[in-house]
Amino acid sequence: MEKIGSVPTIKPKGPLWVNAEITYKCPLHCVFCYNPLDYASTFKSELSTDDWLKVFRQSRDLGAVQLGISGGEPLMRDDVEIMVSEASQMGYYVNLLTSGIGLTEKRISAFKEGGLGQIQLSFQDSTKELNDFLSSTKTFELKSKVAKLIKEHDYPMVLNVVLHRLNIDHMDQILEMAEAMGADHVELANSQYYAWALKNRSYLMPSEEQLRKAEETTNRFREKIGNKMKLYFIVPDYYANRPKACMNGWGSVFLNVAPDGLALPCHEARMLPGLTFPNVRDHDMEWIWNESPAFNAYRGESWMKEPCRSCDDRAKDFGGCRCQAFQLTGDATNTDPVCDKSEHHHIITEQVELAQKPQPPAADIKPIIFYRDDKNSKALIAENS
Amino acid sequence: MSDPILVKDRPLSLQKQFRFQWEPAQESYVLLYPEGLIKLPGSSGEIMKLIDGSKSVDEIIAYLEEQFPGVDLKNDVLDFLEHAYGKNWICTND
Ligand code: SF4
Ligand code: SF4
Repeated sequence: MEKIGSVPTIKPKGPLWVNAEITYKCPLHCVFCYNPLDYASTFKSELSTDDWLKVFRQSRDLGAVQLGISGGEPLMRDDVEIMVSEASQMGYYVNLLTSGIGLTEKRISAFKEGGLGQIQLSFQDSTKELNDFLSSTKTFELKSKVAKLIKEHDYPMVLNVVLHRLNIDHMDQILEMAEAMGADHVELANSQYYAWALKNRSYLMPSEEQLRKAEETTNRFREKIGNKMKLYFIVPDYYANRPKACMNGWGSVFLNVAPDGLALPCHEARMLPGLTFPNVRDHDMEWIWNESPAFNAYRGESWMKEPCRSCDDRAKDFGGCRCQAFQLTGDATNTDPVCDKSEHHHIITEQVELAQKPQPPAADIKPIIFYRDDKNSKALIAENS
Repeated sequence: MSDPILVKDRPLSLQKQFRFQWEPAQESYVLLYPEGLIKLPGSSGEIMKLIDGSKSVDEIIAYLEEQFPGVDLKNDVLDFLEHAYGKNWICTND
């Protein structure tokens, strides 16, 4: 699928893509969740419906055309219907990203009527749910029901599955499940190591052998099934030697708004030190996007250090991900250590080496895994204050 | 994969996943689809505007020839519509 950023003819003046994380509440506890570790701190300060509509309106005026409604689990809020219909009247293409929990016949009909463009159903394969799925039919039944609703309402069935060390060996079953659910597009993306997934990294990173096998299985399946189901397999960037073009550049096309109103150039940016991210309660989107120091901090190339500064690839990958650079090297202006030109690249190769070592089976390491739940989030907040 | 053949006498529609609109910020017509945007500047946007679920390829060409008498635009229009069909932006109604 062609993504916004890859269309070369566009010189974005404003954001093209707005992602509204309308709540961090979620009934699931995925170990790879990329919501911030202190997400529980936003529960009391969530934006109101009117706040959100204002954000949509002002961003639309800046030229945004795609709206993602995500979370947490967005369906934990009861005003998604209003958001969908108002936003699509404003001219947005509206995408809903959900685990499917809470998606009823009534709600999906209202979304369809309101003009919702597409639904992405994520298979929230926390290890717990994976076990449920592999050992019982409970999860599968819920997902199948939702998948059926989605198809009945004439939407393509887009399924996102996050892969990691503990589930990647079950590719066969995952793909069979996707087929049984009537999926049209399946994104098989390895988890990225931020937030909860970084905490759980050593349990989540697959070995090279696992990756190879999973990709083979995917290719075999693709041959068998033909065009009926499109499969996208995405390997973790730790296994690359050039970084991803994160967000197509800082403050270039993407604008994320967190449940508490913080405007961010990517989902993870909240963690970066030394930047004060503007809140949509205090500023309009025009100022936030064009003027705010935070959105200008890593825009363009002037912030770059060597080796990026004089590298021919800097317009291609923008030096990679600022959050990954900070998380792993302690300085957000460093080259993303995934790049083998970075002096910190050994951090990546060491992790990759570790991942080649055998580890105890999932059942044995469970107590060490950090579940993304309110209790753990509050404990982490207390630890850091 | 060989290109699909575009039937010329059946009504054309936009694929249901697409949304077509004028974008002031781009100063262009655009096609929106899940997570993406295709800019349709100039004549491509004007042709796309005529795809309304009732006009066929032949009718679109006839309409444009009437609008711009004396201009030989048939091949360009056909090229664009075939491109759009090949890209799965548009489909023919049965
Ligand atoms: S990744 Fe899992 S826990 Fe995190 S918001 Fe999504 S469904 Fe909830
Ligand atoms: S040195 Fe910087 S710009 Fe060059 S490839 Fe590596 S990350 Fe990209």
